[in-house]
Amino acid sequence: MLYREAGQFKASYKEDQQIFPIKQDRVVILSLLAAMYLVVPFVADQYLLQAILLPALIFSLAAIGLNILTGYAGQLSLGSAGFMAVGAFAAYNFMLRIDGMPVLLAFVLGGLCAALVGIVFGLPSLRIKGFYLAVATLAAQFFIIWILTKVPWFTNNSSSGVISAQKVEILGYAFVSPESKYLLTLAIVTVLALAAKNMARSAVGRSWMAVRDMDVAASVIGIPLMRTKLTAFAISSFYCGVAGALYAFVYLGTVEPEGFSLDMSFRILFMIIIGGVGSILGSFLGAAFIVLMPIFLSLSMHAIFGGAVSAGLTSNLEVLIFGSLIIFFLIVEPHGLARLWQIAKEKLRLWPFPH
Amino acid sequence: MTMKSNMTIRMAIAGIALAGVVATPVAYAQAKEQFVPLLSYRVGPFAAGGTGIFGGFIDYMQMVNERDGGVNGVKLSWEECETEYNTARGVECYERLKNKGPTGATVAHPLSTGITYGLIDRVSVDKVPLVTIGYGRTDAADGRVFPWVFPMLTTYWSQNTTMIKFIGQKEGGMDKLKGKKIVYLYHDSAYGKEGIPAMEIQAKKYGFEPTFIPVPSPGNEQQSQWLQIRQIKPDWVILWGWGVMNPTALKTAAKTGFPRTKMLGVWWSGSEEDTIPAGDASKGFTSATFVPSGTNFKIIQDIQKHVVAKGKTNMDDKSRVGTSYYNRGVVYGAITVEAIRVAQQKYGKGKPMTGEQMRWGFENINLDDKRLAELGATGFMPTMKITCEDHEGSGKVKYQQWDGKQFKPVSDWIDADRSIVRPMIEESAAKYAKEKGITLRDCSKE
Amino acid sequence: MNFFFEVLIGGLLSGIMYSLVALGFVLIYKASGVFNFAQGAMVFFAALTFVGLMELGIPFWFAMVLTLAVMVLLGVVTERVVLRPLVNQPQITLFMATIGLTFFIEGLAQAMWGANVRGLELGIVDEPMPWVLDNWNMVISRFDLFAAAVSGILVAVLAVFFNKTRTGRALRAVADDHQAALSIGIPLQNIWRIVWAVAGFVALVAGLMWGARNGVQFALTFVALKALPVLIIGGFESVAGAIVGGLIIGAAEKLGEVYIGPFVGGGIEGWFAYIVALLFLLVRPEGLFGEKHIDRV
Repeated sequence: MLYREAGQFKASYKEDQQIFPIKQDRVVILSLLAAMYLVVPFVADQYLLQAILLPALIFSLAAIGLNILTGYAGQLSLGSAGFMAVGAFAAYNFMLRIDGMPVLLAFVLGGLCAALVGIVFGLPSLRIKGFYLAVATLAAQFFIIWILTKVPWFTNNSSSGVISAQKVEILGYAFVSPESKYLLTLAIVTVLALAAKNMARSAVGRSWMAVRDMDVAASVIGIPLMRTKLTAFAISSFYCGVAGALYAFVYLGTVEPEGFSLDMSFRILFMIIIGGVGSILGSFLGAAFIVLMPIFLSLSMHAIFGGAVSAGLTSNLEVLIFGSLIIFFLIVEPHGLARLWQIAKEKLRLWPFPH
Repeated sequence: MTMKSNMTIRMAIAGIALAGVVATPVAYAQAKEQFVPLLSYRVGPFAAGGTGIFGGFIDYMQMVNERDGGVNGVKLSWEECETEYNTARGVECYERLKNKGPTGATVAHPLSTGITYGLIDRVSVDKVPLVTIGYGRTDAADGRVFPWVFPMLTTYWSQNTTMIKFIGQKEGGMDKLKGKKIVYLYHDSAYGKEGIPAMEIQAKKYGFEPTFIPVPSPGNEQQSQWLQIRQIKPDWVILWGWGVMNPTALKTAAKTGFPRTKMLGVWWSGSEEDTIPAGDASKGFTSATFVPSGTNFKIIQDIQKHVVAKGKTNMDDKSRVGTSYYNRGVVYGAITVEAIRVAQQKYGKGKPMTGEQMRWGFENINLDDKRLAELGATGFMPTMKITCEDHEGSGKVKYQQWDGKQFKPVSDWIDADRSIVRPMIEESAAKYAKEKGITLRDCSKE
Repeated sequence: MNFFFEVLIGGLLSGIMYSLVALGFVLIYKASGVFNFAQGAMVFFAALTFVGLMELGIPFWFAMVLTLAVMVLLGVVTERVVLRPLVNQPQITLFMATIGLTFFIEGLAQAMWGANVRGLELGIVDEPMPWVLDNWNMVISRFDLFAAAVSGILVAVLAVFFNKTRTGRALRAVADDHQAALSIGIPLQNIWRIVWAVAGFVALVAGLMWGARNGVQFALTFVALKALPVLIIGGFESVAGAIVGGLIIGAAEKLGEVYIGPFVGGGIEGWFAYIVALLFLLVRPEGLFGEKHIDRV
């Protein structure tokens, strides 16, 4: 009834090729964006902004990055956190070593550095596939963290290897309040998510998907494997790098290399699997799920058990339930939360008349 | 199950999840309460440390409530939040707990280096003292640059100078150190690297030869490091380990025939949780500590009487009362409560303190021998005096040796070499201040 | 030269310990195509359960049998609750499910037995053998030799099991082609149950060895990370590959740390093994003993 495309005719190529061809989608997305920009900063309290929305947005960006590589180009990677670290430390060094470096440019340059590193570690993908490649990307994860710890130049000779990100200032405005940090992150994420959405439906994205579905077949029809795989690695790492820079500059302020641990890489991988492999929307849903679920579990465990059971037991139960939930979601919907949304859309098309 | 009902259930689950998170927890306010947030970790690789430290911390606060009825009538209240030793979770916990209680969070004990770093910027905005006893950022001991951070008792650099002093004592004088070989075997991380600059400066001063050997995290395999040590044939090995790296180091030392009596551990290497898993291999191992283990202290006996005997202890395993981690937790509790007491003396007895008032309290703590005796903590912790410039306040460390069953003290309190440590702290803090554009506090005006 | 051999032998013996963990991965991957990330957690769970039972006063062998029963139960339940509903899903989904399983097992283990760390003595001293030390000035630990012998026996038993028994042959058939195996009447679910149970047994052995080496604590789950480069060198599907891969990784890692480490700041073991594995892969993308797949369009 409400969600129906009948009567929406495309009269030009331009109309046919827009991102959201259905009017209702455009309305929903635009109002959602409007709410995120105009309502949330005024309604949400500091806790919601700083402890939930900010990390959720930053991890969404990293998840989009990994989704480009794994979801669209079909190359499994366990090194996302390593690439985030490259972005964070590169941005820090650009700010440190070049006077008057605009912070946004530093983020972009940080992302580009991550992209370069991504290309280097993407090279084995030309020869190795599947889990062998996944394990090989672990080399990136461990090597990057090691070299950041080892070479004092990267951390400006800090004895412990910890860096403190510089102030985020754009055109004289300092981003200190939670609202401003949130809006800055939201703006960056919006732009990059739109770019990713567009890439995914352009020639680049289609060649990624061809390689994902079967690389031999793709090369037979004339898609250059090397270029396609390496651009996927580069762009994916760029996204992770920018996410890492945001993580350091906007979210935490002070970071150590070990902060970008293997555990974090796994978390990002979880996000895209739970959210939906090969879906930009899924990256957001997955990030929200992985960030929110443990918090929700811990709050509800406190509410249910209070002081009745020992704290150690409740903490372990949280972990146990978190693991079970992941298995549960994989079983009921292996294609992720984004697929649920699709099913909902199909239903809405017919609703309220089932036939 | 049909597709439809399946969907409904899923949607319902998602709905509950969102509702639960969005709903802000309410109803805490009880006027005469001092709220202490606890960013604890009871799962994962470091759970043994977390359960011990937070158990001791909570038991001490419980004891103050039971025995004294709180601090001048203000009861202590606390809430735990599980961080899993993960920085993002820790930051979330801090944000979640910081507005609870009548005066909000008035102190934060992150108990993890990563979370400490994640909170340093936040606490100065929120005006909450960040207390890191025996860990954290060393140069934060300069209170002029870091007004809100308190790395109290002793920093890693101070500790390292006491280690060299202890070795000097064993060798029969600091002049005997000349030409001695000392291996510094460290966890390859921010934490492990902390001790290196102090080692280097002292090596120049005393003329010993240091070798730095990193162990990649988590450190469950150290064959190659110990074979290197076997080649070097050092006089001493300083073990700067964490978690599984410690028992593995002790085991591998036994395997390669290095005497454990010549191994000296940092305090994160010196708990029962580090020596018991290594079994007999740990016998003779010596480690630093700022609080000895054991129950022969009045402060612990009070806890046993008022908390453990009444079945109100936080520990699942009561036999761990009096172990290293537990006793450290008690010290964390004792110092926090002392700060509340000091702050109340200035800002009004029987009132819950705010974060800013607590900061004044911490900055004016003076635990001399008399005060320690009143707390029942004689010999349990070193004397400590915090000032506006000096947020470390003590620097004293004791050494204890594992005899196969328990740790026995083998030294008195050893003072840190402040002539080495303090200039390092000030230099590093000044660098931080410059990077961040911080103007130094003028301590003479406060 | 003496030192070189000492490092080499030490490395080979450590490598065997990695193989022990890698074996568990191989078994499950072979029969069900699942990259079971929970193997490390299973090692931890097995060792902790064993030590926990011993603490309750149950004698050694009986505790061992009980733990084995628990591991078999875990395997059977995993097959029923996790794998069967996910049959025919992409490999990455199954992989993620095993990470979920990892969280579950870790939470379960610590909820059951508490967070305390424990020692484990198997009665074999982990000290250098005096006569080797005297004659060649090399340190070779008796315990390491014992562990190597146990691994050797384990591999031999598994080899006999796979090649000589009916079940073993059925396992191999399933590994080669699920559908073909089904069509000739091999019960797939039974096979998977058996494989997970056997992997549980291997986890128990690995847990005992590693537990005696480093103490029984949560960090036992991290031994999985040591096994991964072994897997990519040896191939995910080969028992022999797990052993050879372990030896190569163990030796390369130790020699690398001792002879290359000091020039680049040390601590390279964490990634060096992966780089070595990567180099092997560039020559043979499916591991040394992995099965070669030919892509057809």
